[in-house]
Amino acid sequence: MDAGTRRFIVGAIVFLALIYGLTRVVSNEYVFFAAYVVLQFIVLATAWNILGGYAGYVNFGSGAFFAVGAYTGVALFKAFEAPILVQVVAGATMSGLLGLAVGALSLRLRGIFFSIATVAVAIVIETAVVNTPYLGGAKGLPILRPAAPALFHSYLEWVFFLMAILAVIAVFCARYVETSWIGRGLRAIRDNEGAAECSGVPTLKLKLFAATLSGALMGAAGAPFAQYLSFIEPTSVFNLNYAVSALAMPIIGGMSHWMGPVIGAVLLGTVQQLVTVTISSELNVLVVGVLLVVFVVGAPDGILGLVRKLRRPRTPAASVGAKA
Amino acid sequence: MSAPLLEVQGVSKHFGGFAALTEVSVAIRPGERFGLIGPNGSGKTTLINCISGAFLNDAGAIRFDGQDISRLPAYRRTRLGIARSFQLPRPFSSMSVLENLIVPLEYVVHRGSLHTADTHGEAMEILTRIGLADKAQTRSGQLTQVDLRKLELARAMAARPRLLISDEAMAGLSGSEVDEILDILFKLNEAGITIIMIEHIMHAVMRFSERVVCLDAGRKIADGDPQDVIATPEVRKAYLGE
Amino acid sequence: MDLQLLFEATVSGVLLGCFYAAVSLGLSIAFGLLDVPHIAHPAFLVLGAFGAYVLGGYGLDPLVAGLLLMPVFFVFGLAVYQFYYVTFERRGTDTGLRGLAFFFGVAFIVEVGLILAFGVDQRMVEAPYIGQSLEIGEMRLPYRMLVAFGMAVVLMVVLSTYLARTFTGRAIKAVAQDEGALRLMGVDPVRVKRIAFGIATAVTAVTGALLIIVGPVEPGLGRIYIGRTFCVVVLAGLGSVPGTIVAGLILGIAESIVLSTAGAAWAPAVSFGILLMVLAVRPAGLFGR
Repeated sequence: MDAGTRRFIVGAIVFLALIYGLTRVVSNEYVFFAAYVVLQFIVLATAWNILGGYAGYVNFGSGAFFAVGAYTGVALFKAFEAPILVQVVAGATMSGLLGLAVGALSLRLRGIFFSIATVAVAIVIETAVVNTPYLGGAKGLPILRPAAPALFHSYLEWVFFLMAILAVIAVFCARYVETSWIGRGLRAIRDNEGAAECSGVPTLKLKLFAATLSGALMGAAGAPFAQYLSFIEPTSVFNLNYAVSALAMPIIGGMSHWMGPVIGAVLLGTVQQLVTVTISSELNVLVVGVLLVVFVVGAPDGILGLVRKLRRPRTPAASVGAKA
Repeated sequence: MSAPLLEVQGVSKHFGGFAALTEVSVAIRPGERFGLIGPNGSGKTTLINCISGAFLNDAGAIRFDGQDISRLPAYRRTRLGIARSFQLPRPFSSMSVLENLIVPLEYVVHRGSLHTADTHGEAMEILTRIGLADKAQTRSGQLTQVDLRKLELARAMAARPRLLISDEAMAGLSGSEVDEILDILFKLNEAGITIIMIEHIMHAVMRFSERVVCLDAGRKIADGDPQDVIATPEVRKAYLGE
Repeated sequence: MDLQLLFEATVSGVLLGCFYAAVSLGLSIAFGLLDVPHIAHPAFLVLGAFGAYVLGGYGLDPLVAGLLLMPVFFVFGLAVYQFYYVTFERRGTDTGLRGLAFFFGVAFIVEVGLILAFGVDQRMVEAPYIGQSLEIGEMRLPYRMLVAFGMAVVLMVVLSTYLARTFTGRAIKAVAQDEGALRLMGVDPVRVKRIAFGIATAVTAVTGALLIIVGPVEPGLGRIYIGRTFCVVVLAGLGSVPGTIVAGLILGIAESIVLSTAGAAWAPAVSFGILLMVLAVRPAGLFGR
């Protein structure tokens, strides 16, 4: 294990310890609600970026993958009172399979058709869920929260801590992919797919892998959702905000490094909470859209890119000698 | 007479109603220096695309080292030993020059043994051979045209091919630059690599090729000794008109 | 299945299909010919529909409103393309993802903007032909569908003629095939593309009006039309404007049949289903280049 990974793991343990400490110290439930949302977005944005930022294929239907995870959790809970960890694994599996399926259908084609396929999937799954009474249909289902497990004051705190763990797992996966030969292959696909294929990169297989992993992580993020809200209904799960935020956060934070989606999720997630509470939730959604366009146009490398530009002094044309 | 390394048998390819290639047959011997010429639109790049796997041929067969590769995806063909450069360079622009070479090194040469491989060192060695060592850390999107062409070749070399296809690597270059590229190709051939060269620069093709095939409107119209092919009336007509 | 029901579904499918062809015309140009990842096209449709709604508040017939909005939308289209070209196409790197994300952002802003301005409720317009039907035997053909059908045919004839007969029109078709050749003839391809995109957007003003004639409109409607419009354009074959009629008819009839058998909930899924099938089996579409 190299030094970088060691540092990362230490950092992750410290982070989780802090989060746990938070659950012992803070009693205002709203803090957990808000922080949960941000952690959830870290997972979603990181997951999106594995296929979007690393490989260049844009998913417009993140809400569907999130929802499949959520409703898988609900179905298992309703049928077997399955514990939340089982729900998470099942949710990740289902959404991973969905990613694989959508990928198999559309990743052989140009990027825009994959994107349209994700819109299609989102609409079809939403229709399917709304028409399934077992899952609550359009009205929704209330979900009874189990009692608080050991080490936590309430079940909500446990779900919150679980989301923190998922965030660490997601970022760990992204970091691993990014720094490995897989990441290099994905970047080659993103830069020039034809040349990548001719350089020995099995482009379809790598893309399918990224789509499956991305979907699985989104499903994992969705699975605890019902427990967190103690209610589930389609409009909140299929909210377009998830689709746009999952896209906007990595673009705003920076798509080439795993830190980018984290930064984007924390910043944008916090801004969203503030705007929703102080002004309105529609305006919040508009703000996300505007920021997305502003960054896509003006700062395509995101905040990380801007920071990098500020650090490096301007040198003309072919900059030789800069350490990789 | 050794068995051919690459056999193209009756290959046809059409796009909608347009026939880009019609029943083209070519056999290339191991170690050969082979030139492919023909006017613009005659199907040279299409043929290359069919050999490398960018396109799948509609009819006919392509055999590499006796194995039928007609339906194999491009990356499999690269792993079998066919590498190509692109006419319009396609660098992995977000990566440095060095990293561009690490992709084929990781995905072709060292597939099963990444932890023991020194991809960095190997890549540097190739860059030194081709004259790009001082630009190793430069972002490949920022290179000059000549250097981009060299990078295309370097990346193809990194895949340790048995057959290297050079698609108009010298177009638009100055005299001395053409000689540089030609020199690299000669050296590669001396090391045992079979080379197919597509070029419009006739003196380069004449100097380099042991054998030349000329295409016109998707068909093969000449095949043989470079001087003979150039003198063939059909070839002259194809290039110069009636 | 009841033969009478099938026949009625087919007839209304034909009317619906021509309507779908009409609303896809703008995309047929923007994406089919110009290769712009114009995923915001349906959002522009909804924008046109709301434009007709607003002008309808002043007593204007929606079709008239749509026609009046055409020059405005034309200029808007010119501006959008110019911005897109300068920001994305010219730079070269990474354009696919950024261009796509850009248009998605634009579509999103349009949708949310409309929600902020008009709320999420459905909006309708009134016109003498809306609400009444033509009765032929046992069938009822709503007048508004006939009007949409008529307008659709007119639009397609006009557009096809323009592309085939005028210099600019032919330049637009040429620029899709060979920019370089056009440049050699002294024509600026960027200018041609810009005009083409402007025309595509102007058409959207009228077809957006058709949208609100055919049924009530709410800001989120755009997303379902992503499926329908891209289905028509891809099924027709990229670059084939006349092909959109055939593709539209196929979609319209298919949706109509599903509507009468499986119900309204599943109708939006039909377009996506056909789209995915086409992409899997014959990505070039029916008449693609």
